[in-house]
Amino acid sequence: MTSVAPTNADLALGTPSASQPGNSPRKFNFNLRESGIYLAFAAIVLLFTILTGGDMLAPQNISNIIVQNSYVLILAIGMILIIIAGHIDLSVGSVVGATGAFAAVLMVNHNVPWPVAILATLIAGGLIGAWQGYWVAYFGIPAFIVTLAGMLLFRAVTLTILGNRGIGPIPDDVRTLANGFTDGYLGNIGLGALGGADLFTLIVGILAVAAIAWTQWRQRAGRLKYNQAVDPVWLFITKIAVAAVVVMFVVVALARYHNLPWVLVLLAALIIGYSIYTNRAVFGRQIYAIGGNLQAATLSGVKVKSVTFWLFVNMGVLAAVAGIVFAGRLNQAGPTAGNNAELDAIAAAFIGGAAVQGGVGKVVGAITGGLIMGVINNGMQLLGAPSERVMLVKGAVLLAAVAFDVYTKRRAGASR
Amino acid sequence: MTEADIILRMQGITKTFPGVKALSDVNVDVRRGEILAICGENGAGKSTLMKVLSGVYPHGSYDGEIFFDGEPCRFAGIRDSEHKGIVIIHQELALASNLSIAENIFLGNEQATRGMIDWNKTNAAAAELLRRVGLRENPTTQVLDIGVGKQQLVEIAKALTKDVKLLILDEPTAALNDDDSAHLLELLRGLRDEGITCVIISHKLNEVMAIADRVTIIRDGQTIKTMDLATDEVTEDKIIAGMVGRDLDNRFPPHESHIGDEVLRIEDWTVHSPTQHGRVVVRGANLSIRRGEIVGLAGLMGAGRTELAMSVFGRTYGTNISGRVFKDGKEIQVKSVQDAIKHGLAYATEDRKRYGLNLIEDIKRNVSAAGLKKLAKGGWVDDNEEYKVADDYRKSMNIKAPNVASIVGKLSGGNQQKVVLSKWIFTDPDVLILDEPTRGIDVGAKYEIYTIINRLADEGKGVLVISSELPELLGLCDRIYTLAEGRITGEVARADATQEGLMTLMTGQEVAR
Repeated sequence: MTSVAPTNADLALGTPSASQPGNSPRKFNFNLRESGIYLAFAAIVLLFTILTGGDMLAPQNISNIIVQNSYVLILAIGMILIIIAGHIDLSVGSVVGATGAFAAVLMVNHNVPWPVAILATLIAGGLIGAWQGYWVAYFGIPAFIVTLAGMLLFRAVTLTILGNRGIGPIPDDVRTLANGFTDGYLGNIGLGALGGADLFTLIVGILAVAAIAWTQWRQRAGRLKYNQAVDPVWLFITKIAVAAVVVMFVVVALARYHNLPWVLVLLAALIIGYSIYTNRAVFGRQIYAIGGNLQAATLSGVKVKSVTFWLFVNMGVLAAVAGIVFAGRLNQAGPTAGNNAELDAIAAAFIGGAAVQGGVGKVVGAITGGLIMGVINNGMQLLGAPSERVMLVKGAVLLAAVAFDVYTKRRAGASR
Repeated sequence: MTEADIILRMQGITKTFPGVKALSDVNVDVRRGEILAICGENGAGKSTLMKVLSGVYPHGSYDGEIFFDGEPCRFAGIRDSEHKGIVIIHQELALASNLSIAENIFLGNEQATRGMIDWNKTNAAAAELLRRVGLRENPTTQVLDIGVGKQQLVEIAKALTKDVKLLILDEPTAALNDDDSAHLLELLRGLRDEGITCVIISHKLNEVMAIADRVTIIRDGQTIKTMDLATDEVTEDKIIAGMVGRDLDNRFPPHESHIGDEVLRIEDWTVHSPTQHGRVVVRGANLSIRRGEIVGLAGLMGAGRTELAMSVFGRTYGTNISGRVFKDGKEIQVKSVQDAIKHGLAYATEDRKRYGLNLIEDIKRNVSAAGLKKLAKGGWVDDNEEYKVADDYRKSMNIKAPNVASIVGKLSGGNQQKVVLSKWIFTDPDVLILDEPTRGIDVGAKYEIYTIINRLADEGKGVLVISSELPELLGLCDRIYTLAEGRITGEVARADATQEGLMTLMTGQEVAR
């Protein structure tokens, strides 16, 4: 039973390293399709920094970019999951409006304590997602249509709840979550030429860097234990160093301005949580399986309908989070809240490397895509560009990003 | 026989795909006004030949000459061949199901005056054509509202609008019930009498015998012989002998089976088509598999092999399924793929690219796809363990790739198949159903797949192999079931099995039940 197979034509396929996979360090293999987005982001930041004479990276502006774009970034997290599974959600802008309105009515008109109101709003968002998930997953209507209907439906709900006017002001606690900063718990320290900075914020930043280094090191150690290929040491250290510099740069800027925005804390938690979840959880893996090949996933025992349904529920809950944050930031729930937010979220996902056919994408990519849009918005405003020109540039960037994706895929296909 | 009686002559046709010679020096003559049947096993090269003829494979992509009406032809595409009056009706019908019958008939050939479609003219002309093909339907009926049999007639009506001289039908009755088949064959006779020459490609030898004037047999990409039903003493056995006449060489690893208790039994399994109302795809099938046994399931295209397998595997095909499934002697309910996996069933599909693999993902994520729960603690996947599992399979299955992070879409067919097998072996099944496990794989990799299948049987698993290649079943299996038109028509032990015997059963010659 140990017959040796005859010479095999498949050998032709093997690359030279085929016989030596073992634990030899991976050759530095630059993947433009995966890394391009981060380079593009760095280039855009650099461009606007130069054009604005450094205003782009001023402490206050960095803080503004984060706070202003937070709700779109929250939506982008949910959107990328939906897009990975091969669907789309056009309704999130309206859901932001509806959930924000719901929260505001509870808190302002009915004096419901804010934690209860937030919990109720998240549940409402989940129910909205369940409604859409039912039609997509179990009834079999394409998500495009279901959520297009949802876009109208939930905007109508928003207007009905609000009676076509803004409701506010939002309680301070909720405003703080959306717009506020951590107190200077530990006082300030001097940073030489940079002036005073909040010690607490700095410590959080240092801890974050340490956490990044520690998890990366643990992952590397685990892989080495299992004889897997890993980055060479210099690349491993460089990657951590770059991450550390970026994190510390932002943290120092924040520490010098108004300390840590609470919404950044929320956002960081969501990004980390969802990144791990998509990578490591069975459910997360199944999202990729469905988007990569629906039939194969079905025949491999993935409960496709259930996964799709819960993806939309998740999107609804995240839209509710975004809705609360948006209302808190503006200090009122308005009839137009969240208008066009779905387009920003979808654009963020695609700029961030999601594939049009599904099956590909990363949470961090979508966040980067969202930040690219945010930086363009912010940078052009600093330059005093009219809004039509901002739109023009954002449109061009979206088209270019997807064209790049399609192009690299075609090239990869042709080289087979 | 003069040259003028030959409407089509294909001479020395050779067509090579990378690594495979699909056609080798094929010669076919078609006489004016006859019905010629082309017979051959699955994969013998019949469809390739028709694609060469119709221009799907344009002139220059093959060697050899085609003469139509005495003139040499160099078709660059289907339009050219249709222009000459050669029309092919493929097995998968090419109708726009949401358009009306009349619109389909005149698709690409719209009846227009001054650029505007003349609907009265269109529908009147369509009605006339429908009368000719004997289809009693309103021309404005949507195609999706009529059955496949009638759709076939619409295709023929469409061909008639193109001033067809040579009509080629690829497996025209494969999807039809008996009445529709009979009607179609009658129509073909009528067309022949009107002077339209027909070529039909068919597995159903009784139909061939009933309708054809001559039979050309193709095997392994070569023309074997042509027989005249009027003058030669043609029998179905003679056709079968020509179709299979190939000997078994040493392409199979030696294997001795150690057969244990029954592990899976299917009783009175009946499956209806999900798309065609009332069509029964599998009828009252009974079969059993024992531990350590490799069981073959033989059947021609459209016999219901895949449909049988998929309906058992968590009802992934079919509606209105009835019958009972027993695992280790106990009846089990398998209503979903999850149930099937839980009960130790595995099904590796015949179309691994469309149904078996996530081609944009890497090896490890494909290997873990069906057994992910085994790698997860509390819903969290252990990445490193996943890598290790996949890497172990890479080594034991001899998957040729630099590492398990290689993208599956870039592997060769044989290696992709090994990934599919790894995926299912990882679920630790008791029964593996392998649908065409060696389709599109070169000889060397086939040997490896056979070795793996033997190893699985030696581990005490039951294996059901579905294959179109009879030599493969004869070389691999301990026992072979034959399936024809949804019925199990025979059960043959390896010692008693011959290609001729199986082919006879597969063509449904001995359906006494």
